Amino acid sequence: MELTPDEAARITREQRESSAAKSKYLLEVKDLSTHFFTPDGVVRAVDDVSFQLGYGETLGLVGESGCGKSVTALSLTRLVPNPPGKIVSGSVVFDGVDLLKLSDDGMRKLRGKEIGFIFQDPLTSLNPTLTIGYQIAEAIRQHMGLSKKASIDRVVELLGKVGIPRARDRLNDYPHQFSGGMRQRVMIAIALSCDPKLILADEPTTALDVTIQAQILELISVLSDEFGTAVLLITHDLGIAAGMCDRVNVMYAGRIVETGSVDVIFERPRMPYAWGLLDSLPRLDDLRSDRLRTIEGLPPLLINVPDACRFNPRCAYARDACRDHEPELTPRDEPGHFARCWATDKGGWIP
Amino acid sequence: MTVATERAETATNGKNGSNLVEVDQLKVYFPIRAGIFKTIKGTVKAVDDISFEVRRGETLGLVGESGCGKSTTGRAMIRLREPTAGTVKFDGVELTSLKPNDLRRLRRRMQIIFQDPYGSLDPRMTVGSIISEPLETHRLAKGEGKRERVSELLKMVGLDPSYVNRYPHEFSGGQRQRIGVARALAVEPEFIVCDEPISALDVSIQAQVLNLLTDLRDRLGLTYLFIAHDLSVVKHISDRVAVMYLGKIVEIGPPDTIYAAPGHPYTRALLSAVPVPDPQSERRRRRVILTGDVPSPANPPSGCRFHTRCWLYENLGKPENCRTIDPPLREVGGPDQKAACHYAEDSLKSDVGVAHMDEQKIRHGTPEVALRFAHKSTAELIGEIPEGDIDQALIPSIEEVPSADGAGDEDNGSKPN
Repeated sequence: MELTPDEAARITREQRESSAAKSKYLLEVKDLSTHFFTPDGVVRAVDDVSFQLGYGETLGLVGESGCGKSVTALSLTRLVPNPPGKIVSGSVVFDGVDLLKLSDDGMRKLRGKEIGFIFQDPLTSLNPTLTIGYQIAEAIRQHMGLSKKASIDRVVELLGKVGIPRARDRLNDYPHQFSGGMRQRVMIAIALSCDPKLILADEPTTALDVTIQAQILELISVLSDEFGTAVLLITHDLGIAAGMCDRVNVMYAGRIVETGSVDVIFERPRMPYAWGLLDSLPRLDDLRSDRLRTIEGLPPLLINVPDACRFNPRCAYARDACRDHEPELTPRDEPGHFARCWATDKGGWIP
Repeated sequence: MTVATERAETATNGKNGSNLVEVDQLKVYFPIRAGIFKTIKGTVKAVDDISFEVRRGETLGLVGESGCGKSTTGRAMIRLREPTAGTVKFDGVELTSLKPNDLRRLRRRMQIIFQDPYGSLDPRMTVGSIISEPLETHRLAKGEGKRERVSELLKMVGLDPSYVNRYPHEFSGGQRQRIGVARALAVEPEFIVCDEPISALDVSIQAQVLNLLTDLRDRLGLTYLFIAHDLSVVKHISDRVAVMYLGKIVEIGPPDTIYAAPGHPYTRALLSAVPVPDPQSERRRRRVILTGDVPSPANPPSGCRFHTRCWLYENLGKPENCRTIDPPLREVGGPDQKAACHYAEDSLKSDVGVAHMDEQKIRHGTPEVALRFAHKSTAELIGEIPEGDIDQALIPSIEEVPSADGAGDEDNGSKPN
């Protein structure tokens, strides 16, 4: 009896959910700080970041370049280049295991198996001297202990799933023989090769054209549903986050400044930075074409950060309180919606 | 706003005889060489027989995916690339046959802003010498006059004139792009080719540079060819938009028309691929996902070049003329709209891909109400920026970011607990 992909996905998801009764979340990040020790001082690239990711959920991490979103992802898998980078505190509990306490060997067993990666640039993240077939089979052989023949069959199956035609003929092709979109499909095949519980997708479509981007996003969302995989999607494109994510974290200057369901973040954000980001976008669905509102100035350097709201120098609503103390992430009206802002907090000056 | 509307009107009304640039049957081919003797093995038809005009005072947006020939078109229009065939007329003067000296004189009236603010500025030259170089080339100013002009230009693009002796690496991406804009403006051009001027910048910085370009255009009466791959950006800034696919223009018209009712199935597919930062409309939209990649321009498909990926072609049961006859640009749909598709009428009827434009839609999260509660000087800060007063409207450099010292403190009672 064949199951439809939808049913199969639902069943796997249910099984995963029941087996994971010990924790509600697949991934729980608490007070994670990653600092870079440079000659100019300590750069606090990721500073006390906490969030949770449920089983099968797609969580967005959005922000501008340098806000710490990629370093967060690297920290989760302990891939921060050291030196100069170092995870200085916090815990990352993945499926009940604290990754930061795990041995290097244990970590290696996990990467690529339990956690798959999709990086921004498929050209530099694939090895140009190895065939596509070898690169996909590598993870499978490492982690699943399949025979050579079985692993090749699995590779062909995966390539078919990610929409590469005539997969068996293309096993011996090298990355340069594929177009950008096709390479990203290969990356997705590698990421999914060992049935991971979580996929970290770091700007997976930034290097691609918009029609190819649509293909790749569709593929990620269909396959993550089918496999019941959770996705941490890192992007600077708010449109992508709106279309793909269940929940969204907005990052600014190493901090999460707002978190909530995708509808709340895009319709009722409670942090001036989120307003600024949404306002500064020219939009397809806009009738007006007046001046765009902009966020003045630039993000701060993350060296010697004062105890103040990090957005205050660029914030039109800032008052003394914002310069004296940094606000905490505090709850807002909807459940699960938190923002880091004195002005929209209880007793603040923006109702 | 009024300035912008007026400008757009003059641009659209002044159809007769007020074309600043006229491109006629332009072709740009690149030879493919291979082997030890570098013999020509084929040609890449980067731009293949396109004709259009840029009207005086308008902004024509040129969109398409990478490799569709949009940058090549832009460069051929100011003869940074030699066209293989066809003509480009600038203000009535035929460019393609111009002698180098005459061309140089004419170049004063047309400039270009490049995509990459890192690659397009010489790292060994100071900002001052970068901006004054075109002034020297065209013998427009020297000595004190030159210095004054440079500092005026820096102010115009929102940079502090005291930066004149700094080097490009001391600036952020957005600031560098401002330097590129100042360099283009130095010779007081009429026509500027903006080649993906904001693609390399972060969202919040993009908006700053985009506003700068609009302000300058309205103040100086510039004509832009605005090349970009981002359809929302092009919609925002353009009076007319041309969509390119594989070296051809497939659709051209005013953005409100072609974004609401595209006559070409490719435009529709392109629009449907653009994510909109609104989760609800994202769930509601009908998408077409194009299969496959853009075919190679060295060996384009026969007939309509888009037929290999066309959803409409599939829906209509693969009509033969799509495979055999290359459709010309013809008038369809709304006023001033042209599309190159045999079945444009069917595309117009479809509802695929279009983002629902909603008059009622507020810019999310901008609590206009909050402004009343916020401090007065805050309201001034965000409020109206006087039209045309560019120096004030421009974004201060980092040192001058409104530290909001004043914005604050008569009502201290509101400090949170």
